[in-house]
Amino acid sequence: MSIITARDVTLSFGQTPALRGASLTVEAGEVLAVMGPSGSGKSTLLHCLAGILTPDDGEIHFDGRRLDTLDETARSALRRDTFGFVFQFGQLVPELTAEENVALPLLLHGVRRTAAVRAAREWFPRLGLDGLERRRSGELSGGQAQRVALARGLVARPRVLFADEPTGALDSLTGEHVMDLLVDSAREQGTTVIVVTHEPRVAAYAGREVVVRDGKVHSLAGEPVGS
Amino acid sequence: MTVPLTLLGLLEREPSHGYDLKRDYDALFGRGKPLSFGQVYATLGRLARDGKVVVSEVGPGEGPDRKRYVITDAGATEVDTWLTEPVEPEPHLQTTLFAKVTLALMLGRPAEEYLDTQRAAHLRRMRELTEIKRGGALVDALLADHGLFHLEADLRWIELTAARLDALAKEVRR
Repeated sequence: MSIITARDVTLSFGQTPALRGASLTVEAGEVLAVMGPSGSGKSTLLHCLAGILTPDDGEIHFDGRRLDTLDETARSALRRDTFGFVFQFGQLVPELTAEENVALPLLLHGVRRTAAVRAAREWFPRLGLDGLERRRSGELSGGQAQRVALARGLVARPRVLFADEPTGALDSLTGEHVMDLLVDSAREQGTTVIVVTHEPRVAAYAGREVVVRDGKVHSLAGEPVGS
Repeated sequence: MTVPLTLLGLLEREPSHGYDLKRDYDALFGRGKPLSFGQVYATLGRLARDGKVVVSEVGPGEGPDRKRYVITDAGATEVDTWLTEPVEPEPHLQTTLFAKVTLALMLGRPAEEYLDTQRAAHLRRMRELTEIKRGGALVDALLADHGLFHLEADLRWIELTAARLDALAKEVRR
């Protein structure tokens, strides 16, 4: 059963077209890798699917509902309550401790602070982060910070996790550790994962991959998806 | 070439019966391609003939085998030479994939589609190796990594070639 569908999505930044009729179907529970060269539009596509960017044209459906026509408040609520995010550089809030960073989506969700922090703490031993709960992001290594970001992305049990080059800033071994944890945790809680990556070794963790080329999504049979 | 040397290496660790050698070889190096007993005994026979191993005793052992093989100095030297010498880096200057892409462009065929098909096949294999790695022991992970890095190198070449197809087409169609 599909959870996200994009049909003929176009988006330009000024005169520069980023997406030129991108179509894609994401099945519920799958781990999908979106590959493509730099500047191909893969991150833009991810941001459109997550409701961060609004397409100029085309349609995006999430769970049968039209997403691209929702107003900003509704999309913001969807991102907060239903989606999780992991970015290349973790983007932890530097003023908060690691456990507060992980608890953040729950706090925004309306969970009480004690309960949110307690739930956040449960992720630390699971991700090999025992003892780092009270550290701030500046006191964490790149791999540790990215695992904290991963916990933050998954703590609220999102329906979909959007990961944009989640291992891009890590060495191979740390990157693989993060991908292992990402895939295992997502599978455990039935979260659909869309991971944008230019690294084949990261894409190999996915069950399926598509390539974005010139603003269109191609299956690896060579045909544009949805054409 | 590597089977006799690998068996010799195992014998340098400790003298062994053919049966045990096969078991250790299959567990560490066989990976879906176990040695046949015939191959093990034929190899040991050749190694004995060439003075690389000797039969130390004939007596009870695990399995039907009664001969215990011991590496000789000559055998140990051979293992040492093999281990210290670098493996010949293979330049792969005329790969099948290169030939296919060039010919496809010459003949006006859809080279990009061929590259995509190849990319899909490579990624499929990388997925299999990643699964092996995630579920297996460190030895499995190490072997899978070797395959993964080679496949990744091919994929980088595929990416680069895909980006250069137009220029390449002009060159080969002259």
